Amino acid sequence: VNPDLASERQTPSFSVEKLTALLDGGEENTWVRRAVVEAIESDPVFSRENQYFQSQNEKYEAAVRKAVHLQKKMHEMGWTENGPEFKYIYRALSGEVAFLLHTIFMRSISVLGSDKQIAKWIPLAMQYQLIGSYAQTELGHGTYLQGLETTAVFDITTQEFILNTPQMSAMKWWPGDMGRSATHTVVFAQLYVQGKCYGVHPFIVQIRSLWDHSLCPGITAGDIGPKMSFEHIDNGYLMLQNVRVSRENMLSKFCEVQPDGTYVRRGSQQINYFTMTAVRVALISQEAVIPLMKACTIAIRYSVVRRQSKLKPGEEEAKILDFQTQQEKLLPHLAAAYAFHFINNYLQELFDRGYEEIQRENFNMLPELHAFSSGFKAMVTQYCASAVEVCLRACGGHGYSLLSGLPSLCTRILASCIYEGENTILFLQTARFLIKCFMAASAGHPVPPSVTYLAAVKPGKCPAKNKFDFLSPDIYTQAYQHAAVRLISSTAAKLQELIQSGVKKHDAWNECTVQLVQAVKAHCHYITVKNFAETVERLETKGGIQKIMKHLCDLFALHGIFSNAGVFLHNGYISGAQMDMVTASYLDLLAVIRKDAVPLVDAFDFTDKTLNSALGSYDGQVYQRLYEWAQKSPTNTQTNPAYERYLKPLLHKKLSKL
Amino acid sequence: MNADLRRERAAATFQPELLTHILDGGADRTRRRKELEALVVNDPDFQHEDLNFLSRSQRYEQAIRKSSLMVMKLREYGIADPEEIYWFKSFVHRGRPDPLDLHLGMFLPTLLTQATPEQQDRFFMPAWNLEIIGTYAQTEMGHGTHLRGLETTATYDPATQEFILNSPTVTSIKWWPGGLGKTSNHAIVLAQLYTQGQCKGLHAFIVPIRQLGTHEPLPGITVGDIGPKFGYDEMDNGYLKMDNFRIPRENMLMKYAQVEPDGTYVKPLSDKLTYGTMVFIRSLIVGDSARSLSRACTIAIRYSAVRHQSELKPGEPEPQILDYQTQQYKLFPLLATAYAFHFVGAYIKDTYHRISGDISEGDLSELPELHALTAGLKAFTSWTANAGIEECRMACGGHGYSRCSGIPDIYVTFTPSCTYEGENTVMMLQTARFLVKSYTQVSSGQRVTGMVSYLNDLCRQRIQPQHVAARTVTVRLNDPVSLVEAYKARAAWFVEAAAKNLEAELNHRRSKEDAWNKTSVDLVQASEAHCHYVIVKLFTAKLAEVSNAAVRAVLTELCLLYALYGISKNTGDFLQVGILTDAQITQVKQRVKELLAVIRPNAVALVDSFDFHDSHLGSVLGRYDGNVYENMFEWAKKSPLNKTEVHESFYKHLKLMQAKL
Repeated sequence: VNPDLASERQTPSFSVEKLTALLDGGEENTWVRRAVVEAIESDPVFSRENQYFQSQNEKYEAAVRKAVHLQKKMHEMGWTENGPEFKYIYRALSGEVAFLLHTIFMRSISVLGSDKQIAKWIPLAMQYQLIGSYAQTELGHGTYLQGLETTAVFDITTQEFILNTPQMSAMKWWPGDMGRSATHTVVFAQLYVQGKCYGVHPFIVQIRSLWDHSLCPGITAGDIGPKMSFEHIDNGYLMLQNVRVSRENMLSKFCEVQPDGTYVRRGSQQINYFTMTAVRVALISQEAVIPLMKACTIAIRYSVVRRQSKLKPGEEEAKILDFQTQQEKLLPHLAAAYAFHFINNYLQELFDRGYEEIQRENFNMLPELHAFSSGFKAMVTQYCASAVEVCLRACGGHGYSLLSGLPSLCTRILASCIYEGENTILFLQTARFLIKCFMAASAGHPVPPSVTYLAAVKPGKCPAKNKFDFLSPDIYTQAYQHAAVRLISSTAAKLQELIQSGVKKHDAWNECTVQLVQAVKAHCHYITVKNFAETVERLETKGGIQKIMKHLCDLFALHGIFSNAGVFLHNGYISGAQMDMVTASYLDLLAVIRKDAVPLVDAFDFTDKTLNSALGSYDGQVYQRLYEWAQKSPTNTQTNPAYERYLKPLLHKKLSKL
Repeated sequence: MNADLRRERAAATFQPELLTHILDGGADRTRRRKELEALVVNDPDFQHEDLNFLSRSQRYEQAIRKSSLMVMKLREYGIADPEEIYWFKSFVHRGRPDPLDLHLGMFLPTLLTQATPEQQDRFFMPAWNLEIIGTYAQTEMGHGTHLRGLETTATYDPATQEFILNSPTVTSIKWWPGGLGKTSNHAIVLAQLYTQGQCKGLHAFIVPIRQLGTHEPLPGITVGDIGPKFGYDEMDNGYLKMDNFRIPRENMLMKYAQVEPDGTYVKPLSDKLTYGTMVFIRSLIVGDSARSLSRACTIAIRYSAVRHQSELKPGEPEPQILDYQTQQYKLFPLLATAYAFHFVGAYIKDTYHRISGDISEGDLSELPELHALTAGLKAFTSWTANAGIEECRMACGGHGYSRCSGIPDIYVTFTPSCTYEGENTVMMLQTARFLVKSYTQVSSGQRVTGMVSYLNDLCRQRIQPQHVAARTVTVRLNDPVSLVEAYKARAAWFVEAAAKNLEAELNHRRSKEDAWNKTSVDLVQASEAHCHYVIVKLFTAKLAEVSNAAVRAVLTELCLLYALYGISKNTGDFLQVGILTDAQITQVKQRVKELLAVIRPNAVALVDSFDFHDSHLGSVLGRYDGNVYENMFEWAKKSPLNKTEVHESFYKHLKLMQAKL
């Protein structure tokens, strides 16, 4: 181990192993996770060694190979979809695996299909007799589902639906696994029966032959071409021309077209929202928080190995993490990774409770759950995406090398701001919920527990007297609460005012959207800080865990005030002089956390193979690894084709032959 | 043309060409630029397959092919003006890097400025004729921005009159230089010079690295490509390791410092001159920030006018997404920023040219300020543009993530400018050093000039006890000149606060360096506030130069939006010091939203004024004709995954699995 990194680990203020167990939710989980990671990483089929040198085709092939091999592996190891190991598999593979949409295909059938449909399709899918995808988004429409243009017309004479892509913009575009792999897909289309449109419904459509994988008649499908990332996934396009599927292929748990063309609706469709909520909650951890933890690990380890310039004349060059500006870039994001980990736990609990209620046919929690998952998905992915990028840039030039592992983390996490609901639109969905609750609370009606604070508006000033007061969770949580209430109430007032002055409701809404987004962010930020503070209070004091978590919580909270000063100064809740105290406390904390920075990322417990980074490995042998890995690049192992063809004539002055 | 875009263009209140002329610096310059563009666009030699579908090696090959042709054609057409060469090159490579960049941009200029006449005779013409292709090898694996830390050594051996070059450690391997990996046969290597047992600091040496004729590395030289990066696929950024590699004494660039045959070292006269090159390159980055952000804005705004989604009013057709306030709020401030940065880039370039004139007459007095200012502006504009390009991509929803949008490419090509040519935080701290120095000068009774002259007022006002900024300005929110004053007050306050915090740390008996480090977050803030002020000031100053009333009106709106949006994003700064009141902040936010609606009808015309040719824009979403969806489909069909209908992995894996399960 590089001595610069070893020295950072000598005197941590807390037990790293205990903190890892806390993050895993108990040491038993840590054991299971390590066993899964070990089993996967020791298997050469799952190796990611060449990841950075592969073409799109090679990456896709590797992802398919891994997905196929995973079935075998799970069988060998005795892992099942319901077992404790399952949730660690994706983490161990770093998501570089195909057939994720196959899972969504199965889930949509389980949720939207009738018992008969479930009995028919799920076993086939489980056995991989077919490979599924999920075709919702079109070229011209994404988040706004009602605008989809694909049609499914019921033909009463043959008892079939006829599916069509009426124009270019109606072509299905983006569905994963559909460009090359899938044999079947769930197509969302506008249902027409006897000339009447009944809105968007799901249909199971076979798109490729089960025998030779050729496209079925009437189907045009292919890959949508290179993207910023996700090169291992064959996101596809799909065009349908008079494709006929039987009446039984419309997923009919909630709606059915009967043989005579009668359209029947049954049960509550609210459960649909629940699926979306589930996906959003799941992706917060997998696609946003874990990547941020990885980025922090790489950037912080590298920042104690890298030495640059001198802090004091005559001394050796300083570790770059000793520069205050470097600490200011990385440590708040480290704190955020912890904050988001805890908010994710909170969401998960809320979600599990909601699920139990729904099992009992009680849908009361759904609006709150939906608002929560939308707002936090948007806030956390947005924050993590920019934080990962900051980590990349904090590694100077070497961060820009793919071998650092940071560019691929960065391009991948960027997609999370768009998929499963574009972030701005999600913020506005939460806004609708908050405004509604605020109105209800003002009128004295009951509101869900997470927003009762809206009713308890207390005007006043922040009571802090010196910089130490700002290390009190009560003080900063209050400040966040105050800011959230102020932004929500002032936007609600403005909305009311516009409507009363005669502006139409939807126009008034559009005129307030910029402020609404700001208000939702303040709300989510408040809940995150509050939850972090409450979590810290419950932690055991042993092993120094509570103490270091308290520092991180303080840093997260004060960083938020420091970087959104205007929000807190407005109205004078925090005065200019108090803002100087915030800054002072905030900068003090950087120096405190600096000492534990490496143990704090070690606690995330990523293996070197998981990180796949020349800069971030545990032993800190950064430069040797960078040099070794670069030699494996095809640009070095293969001959230079441009030399014979262009450079040689150029150098030898035979340009005329070009 | 797409009907939406046609409507947008018809509704504009000004003529885009007139604005294009302003951006180019005159109608004749626009004409010349378009002539050069036509030479490239209409030349079949410069056509090739869409780069998105090519592998790294293929992209490199295309770039080399085009570069070779370019050099030939530049000479054929007699294009010699540096700016015209820059245009031509950017059309040929469509704003992307080129493996000969370092040869043309660093190797040749360095020979011109640092080689003796004898060395120029030996190297310049062969390099000009591309028999010698060179690069500039400065950065090492372990050291970038901090030059003095470089470890490569050049030890003089008087017995043979040679320098012995060595890479003594892994960290000393040269790493990153463009064109080094596969293309170059020579490099200008920066190394610590040792002679007569003493280290004389960094000097530049011309080092042959590959055999002329076979292109094989020379004995003692290990050279190769550093592997894949975030972007820059066509560039062979390389590594270079030297083991007791000998070069003749005459290969040290000796116009300034010299080593005599017996090993005696002769010192250079002045080192200020090296500032010049840095200022020049950083000024290019400011211009590049403007151009890259403009390209992203062009794509996002045109696409937002073509894309329809959801409903604003029940029962009505789906609106253009550009009609949503949140979409305008994402894009229009960036559009205003792109314009602001254009004018800043032009200002630095002009100032540089003016001062360079002075340099040849020996007047370097303005150079330190310009050097300090460009460092900060390079960081400020590249950070902002970097985030802005990303914002534009996300504003295009899912399709922005497809490489056919062109924005991912703009982003990965642009983002390294935050770290190369001086890491941005370090740049901000350089500017801060200058600001603090100016502040100290003023405190000791001297006057300062140029962009920092506001610090003079600071001292005059110190007789009164409270913060300066608190009482000086009455801000008129509709008057750019008044907003400049508000930004000035903010800058003054931050510089003063940082300088005082630094002083306080020093009074705690900390060492100078510790105190500086403990204050560096404040110092960066001060630099940012200073740069922000300079930008608002330059944008405002530009307005007075515009003669056409319609164009001036629309630029004034953009300038107001830029200034007010900046306030709304940094309300804390303006509130804390009392430059603005709560009520004014509320007005600022309201005014920003009003300006969004005012700019909306001109949005498409404003990006048309940037005048990017479709081939240069490289985007299906941002096409001038707006025919987005049909062309996305055409584009996707060319994807390598679609070369065969059934992918080979079906036989290799899928079929196998289905048979087994």
